[in-house]
Amino acid sequence: MSLLKVENIHKRFGDLEVLKGVSFEVEKGETKVIIGPSGTGKSTLLHCINQLTTPDDGRIFLDGVEVTGQHTNINKLRAQMGFVFQDFNLFAHLTAMENVRLGPVKVKKMPKKEATKLAIEVLGKVGLGDKANAYPAQLSGGQQQRVSIARALAMSPKLILFDEPTSALDPELIGDVLEVMIELAKEGMTMLVVSHEMGFARSVADEIIFMEHGVIVEQGPPEKLFTAPEHKRTGEFLHKITELYGETN
Amino acid sequence: MDSGGGTFVFTRKGEAIDTVSVLWKSLPMLLRAVLINIELCLALLALGLIVGTIVALLQVYGNRTLRTLSFGYEWIFRSIPALVLLILFYFGSSQFGLEISSFVAATLALGFRSSAYQSQIFRGAIQSLPRGQMTAARSIGLSQFQAVTSIILPQAFRLAIPAWSNEFSSVVKDTTLAYAVGLNEILRHARYIIVQHYKLAMPTYLTVALIFLVLTYAGNGCLGLLEMGTRIPGLEGYKKSGAGRR
Repeated sequence: MSLLKVENIHKRFGDLEVLKGVSFEVEKGETKVIIGPSGTGKSTLLHCINQLTTPDDGRIFLDGVEVTGQHTNINKLRAQMGFVFQDFNLFAHLTAMENVRLGPVKVKKMPKKEATKLAIEVLGKVGLGDKANAYPAQLSGGQQQRVSIARALAMSPKLILFDEPTSALDPELIGDVLEVMIELAKEGMTMLVVSHEMGFARSVADEIIFMEHGVIVEQGPPEKLFTAPEHKRTGEFLHKITELYGETN
Repeated sequence: MDSGGGTFVFTRKGEAIDTVSVLWKSLPMLLRAVLINIELCLALLALGLIVGTIVALLQVYGNRTLRTLSFGYEWIFRSIPALVLLILFYFGSSQFGLEISSFVAATLALGFRSSAYQSQIFRGAIQSLPRGQMTAARSIGLSQFQAVTSIILPQAFRLAIPAWSNEFSSVVKDTTLAYAVGLNEILRHARYIIVQHYKLAMPTYLTVALIFLVLTYAGNGCLGLLEMGTRIPGLEGYKKSGAGRR
């Protein structure tokens, strides 16, 4: 059984149908990267997966439990799915440590002392052990994004959703964030990543999903998509994006 | 009215009353009376803070019905003059067989009124927070209530302090309106002095004015300290907003 199963998801905003029936699965320990032009519904899809946006139709299962079910305890399920945002969204009034500790204390009811220890440990893991007492505004973009990854990790999630985690970063700060993500992938964390980092996609992803106009055009292992895509459009997009963003990470 | 270097007032019979000495003797009474104003101010601000926060949250996060109701509430209490509200609460309550003291009536009338103004201060602060704060809170599994209490309000309250100081300055002065419903507050005591020494009206009212100058200064000073004490790097960067007033 796959860890995440997305079945025929539809989402419409007014007249615009953003998702027109998207289905795919993510196995435990897998890293899947979703690519595609802006406005294709990639972010909406991630938001639908943990119900930050409610899909109009379709079903989503996390580890066999239906996320889209009417009687689902969505808070409990969200706690099992980390979400890393493009613009970090760290809680501005809390220090890095408090940002990471909040979820375990409030959602998992972990004793504060234990959660503090965990938070410091997880911050160390993303290379920010010395920034535990800094407020978000005192951190660089790359550091903020690593705190945000730590915040997701502290919940021991089954899966982490990354919504363009490096798009808002200065080029020289991207590397640190990607490094953390590569490390996580190596450790077997299940990750679903919307990204334009082709280098990351090519070297880390088990599979790449190419989306356009609200549907999945093609999905497959990176090498296949890069070297022998089935659809002409996939090849064109990959070529263009690689030219634009490069492949280094 | 004033002769002899500003310290003596002559009555019709030609008796000189030492203005300073009368006022000096009356000062403890005035200061005791102003404690009632301070108590009323604290009580109405507390009521306004609680109800205003709830109204603001309903306006931002409530469903259509709750939003309509909360905007209606705010509209009513911002539209009716404070004095009219005081009279309605004090004399109106007895019409319904409710015997409430003038202090309670004043607290309710001015407190609900303040809650309408405070709701706009808090709504402005809540809406000035980036939407991502709520989204991120929900994404880690916090309920909406937890997200509001742990993430939204702690930030919104900090941002609201400057506008809230303004509200404090307004309501501390409004407490003198409770004179109209018979509360034994400072203005009423000032009247007692003036009834005995009617020529001292101006100096007495000036003393009252001076006491309020000090009160407003001290109150705003405390709120300034609170703002400094709760300041967090980066948080003051959001757009500050709040409802203007009178």
